[in-house]
Amino acid sequence: MGTPAQAVSQDARITFKTRGLTKVYETGDVKVHALRGVDLELYEGEFAVLLGPSGSGKSTLLNILGGLDTPTEGQVWFRDQQLTTATQRELTLYRRDNVGFVFQFYNLVPSLTARENVELVTEIARAPMDAREALEMVGLKDRIDHFPAQLSGGEQQRVAIARAIAKRPDVLLCDEPTGALDSQTGVIVLEAIERVNAELGTTTAVITHNAAIAGMAHRVIRFADGAIASVNVNAERQPARDISW
Amino acid sequence: MFHALLHPLDKKVLRELWRVRGQALAIAAVIGAGVAVLVMMYGMLASLEATRDAYYERYRFADIWVPVKRAPESLKADLARINGVASVDTRVFVDVTLDVPGLEEPATGRMISLPQTGRPAVNDVVLRTGRWPEPDHPREVLVDESFMDAHGFLPGAEIAAVINGRKRTLTIVGVVLSPEFVYAIAPGALMPDASRFGIVWMHRKALAAAYDLDGAFNEALIRLSRDANVQDVIDEVDALTDRYGSGGAYDRSDQVSDAFLSSEMDQLRNFGAVLPPIFLVVAAFLLNVVIGRMVDTEREQIGLLKAFGYSDWAVGVHYLKFVGVLTGIGIAGGILGGTWMGRGLAGMYTEYFKFPFLFYKADPIVFAVGVGVSVLAAVAGTLAAVRRAALLPPAVAMRPAPPTRYGRSLIERILPRRLTDQPTRMILRHIGRWPARSAMTVAGIAVAVGLLIGSSFALDSMDFLIDANFYQAERQTMTLIFAEPRHYDAVRGVENLPGVIAAEPFRMVGVRMVHGAREKRVSITGLVANPEISRVLDADQRPLVLPRAGVMLSDYLAKILGVSEGDMLTVEVLEGRRPTVLLPVARIVESYIGLNSYMYLPALNTLMGEGHVVSGAYILNDTARQAELYRELKDTPAIVGVSLQRKAVQTFRETVDENFSTTVIFNTIFAGLIAIGVVYNAARISLAERARELASLRVLGFSRGEVAYILLGELALLTVLALLPGCLFGYGLAHLIGRLGLETELFRLPVIIAPSTYGLAMVTVLVASLISSLIVGRRVANLDLISVLKTRD
Repeated sequence: MGTPAQAVSQDARITFKTRGLTKVYETGDVKVHALRGVDLELYEGEFAVLLGPSGSGKSTLLNILGGLDTPTEGQVWFRDQQLTTATQRELTLYRRDNVGFVFQFYNLVPSLTARENVELVTEIARAPMDAREALEMVGLKDRIDHFPAQLSGGEQQRVAIARAIAKRPDVLLCDEPTGALDSQTGVIVLEAIERVNAELGTTTAVITHNAAIAGMAHRVIRFADGAIASVNVNAERQPARDISW
Repeated sequence: MFHALLHPLDKKVLRELWRVRGQALAIAAVIGAGVAVLVMMYGMLASLEATRDAYYERYRFADIWVPVKRAPESLKADLARINGVASVDTRVFVDVTLDVPGLEEPATGRMISLPQTGRPAVNDVVLRTGRWPEPDHPREVLVDESFMDAHGFLPGAEIAAVINGRKRTLTIVGVVLSPEFVYAIAPGALMPDASRFGIVWMHRKALAAAYDLDGAFNEALIRLSRDANVQDVIDEVDALTDRYGSGGAYDRSDQVSDAFLSSEMDQLRNFGAVLPPIFLVVAAFLLNVVIGRMVDTEREQIGLLKAFGYSDWAVGVHYLKFVGVLTGIGIAGGILGGTWMGRGLAGMYTEYFKFPFLFYKADPIVFAVGVGVSVLAAVAGTLAAVRRAALLPPAVAMRPAPPTRYGRSLIERILPRRLTDQPTRMILRHIGRWPARSAMTVAGIAVAVGLLIGSSFALDSMDFLIDANFYQAERQTMTLIFAEPRHYDAVRGVENLPGVIAAEPFRMVGVRMVHGAREKRVSITGLVANPEISRVLDADQRPLVLPRAGVMLSDYLAKILGVSEGDMLTVEVLEGRRPTVLLPVARIVESYIGLNSYMYLPALNTLMGEGHVVSGAYILNDTARQAELYRELKDTPAIVGVSLQRKAVQTFRETVDENFSTTVIFNTIFAGLIAIGVVYNAARISLAERARELASLRVLGFSRGEVAYILLGELALLTVLALLPGCLFGYGLAHLIGRLGLETELFRLPVIIAPSTYGLAMVTVLVASLISSLIVGRRVANLDLISVLKTRD
């Protein structure tokens, strides 16, 4: 299962680096400190699980890493590129070329079939894989011409993963990918993510409040109250198929 | 206590309205436009009706006119004895040439006698300024206000009239209005030209003496009692006046001023019936979409309310209140706008229709109708959605709506797969998923295009009409009318007038045409075999040769009489020895103005048995010597009527352009409102439904432009799809309007739509769509990616 030692070693190339990352949401008179000075590195090929209760700041961090949001203070680098100074247009291009997203609620385009949802991305990507290939990778080659309304929740999520990885992204960011799924279906989805990470070497960050998932990570980063509470390196990773909750 | 005044649900109504204020405003504006047009037109109609009725009653407007050659005054008592006659008055009535100081060309004057003592018993006049003429001052006259205003005359001014061959100077002592000349139009003119048509009232003694009518009259006026049968009275009158050279008694429908007024009112009535429903149907459709969408997104709230114990009724009423407030705003705006436009319209009317007073005062009934039909449209549009909300079982409501099912669209099955990218597929499938809604959007935009065409084509038609009638057919610069029919040689005299290039004689004979139970009073125009100046054209604008036998009828006259080519027509001549003959209808020709019939001049003269005579001449004259000709005409007693065709056409065109452009501007605004309302609503609904989908694409790395393409590309496609049906609808609407409003005995506007009118309509709607798209496009750019993705469908 992967090469954990290499992934966490200081020699490995850094994909993300954050310094003093702070995010304050102002809603009316109330200020919410979502992030309070986060310093973090994610390494190339790493499978990281960001664990923590809701409101602990992990989603905010993921959104900033994915170029969906900007921090109030602090810096973020994707490799050599500083995201904190990027324009909206540059962030759009960054997302298009480098990032794959998977969300809790799939966010498929209902009017497009599984294959077409994937092609939505491959049409605008630089060096994508074939849509069929991506769907095969998540075990959906038999359902490529189905519309989202004809697929189960787990199947829809796997289409979302195929859509995220079809462009061969440098990073795969998953926000509660199993949050809306039962344990059995969730495991199938996790296996797909695990496979992408292993076979394509995509830097993968999975957000969850489900501690059971932590076992499959190289590193587990625990969040509490907008800051990193602890970082653990799993000496031995647990395969997804062995997980249940 | 205070906060209990507004129920929380009512607050929700207000806040929802505020949230969707753009859409609400667009819908209210469409409702408002419908109400405004209704209030303006029916309010104007009611005001005109009330004003006319009061005016006619107070100034004793005649019911029947009895023109005769010369009848003894004793006949008056006989007429008064006819069953159904309430009162009779007699008078002397002649057309003369006026020489007006400051006016180069001769004007036509209509001289009407005033009783030597007292006021006219029928067709009284309203004295506006000045005084009544003194009975022993024969040169003192009253003149109509329009003529006075056109020349800036004040009481005390003098004009000259050629009365029975003698030029006399008259002193104007009073300015009047008459119910008989609400719409004062000279014989053969297109529209009122106050400076060249004056109505002059003078005491009877002097006028009668000049025309050898002492103790006699040449026109009787009759007012009927309430229960009288008009036709019976006319028949009895005709029997009595037959031997006095009767021109045939006629009622108000043949009285020029009243006929024009009635025709105008018919137009208002017809337009008022056609236009507002179009707006209200569009508003109903928009409400249907918006409320339907609202009910769908608020399923859970509806379930919650019901779980709390609100009844189905209370939930239904909640949504109806929303519709009610929005409709109320539209109605209020429409009533205010309609009243404002009505006042403007009344101002426009007072330029052509001369009443002693004309106020736009909308009847409360008109408001009530406006409110009623708007509410009806609103309820019809929203009933289905409100019913759905009311009947939604709470347990079902609390569950999210099932995901939308999509399929491949029809177009995709035809189009090769590689020609469509995913965003384009999304557009096609979204349209295909809601075909009814997409079709309604197309229909709504098409209505806007059609409305623009239907409301501005009249200018094209007018251009065509003017060209066809005055530059192709009746090409004379002037028409000269002799005081009495004269021998053909008189035309030689006309040719010798200064500056006259060519002259062509014509004979005009008043007749009654009868075909079965139908009859119509018209004039037959006798023309030379191959007219060069005033021509009769066929449908392809080619000049026709006058048939040696029989009569040519204009199509509208043929329609009134129910005859076709080859039918026999009974023609009762109302002049001279008054023969009645049977004539074949030789040909039916298209015509746009009046009711026309033509005969070969010698054939008409043979029928009349009067020898080789003519009524006047059409001339072409050299404008360089115009002043000289005018001077000569003013001093030629044998010519009593001078109609300046070319000049009239120019005035006519200017007036038409001025009036139509106001109408066109308003209609463009209204059609633009519909287009914006439809497109903006479609865009907002689409955006609301697809915010999540579009945000997902932004997350996937699609640029703002690419995402906007999906949303606005759909609207662009629907707009483009609407253009052709819109043009077809406009074509149909133009024909409907042409049939309903612009086809009368006086006037028929051919439905001609220039390519530029289609083009302008399409461009206007495209611009309106573009504006709506830009407004919504800004929202696409500002989509909140994070919050959209965090929420469940």
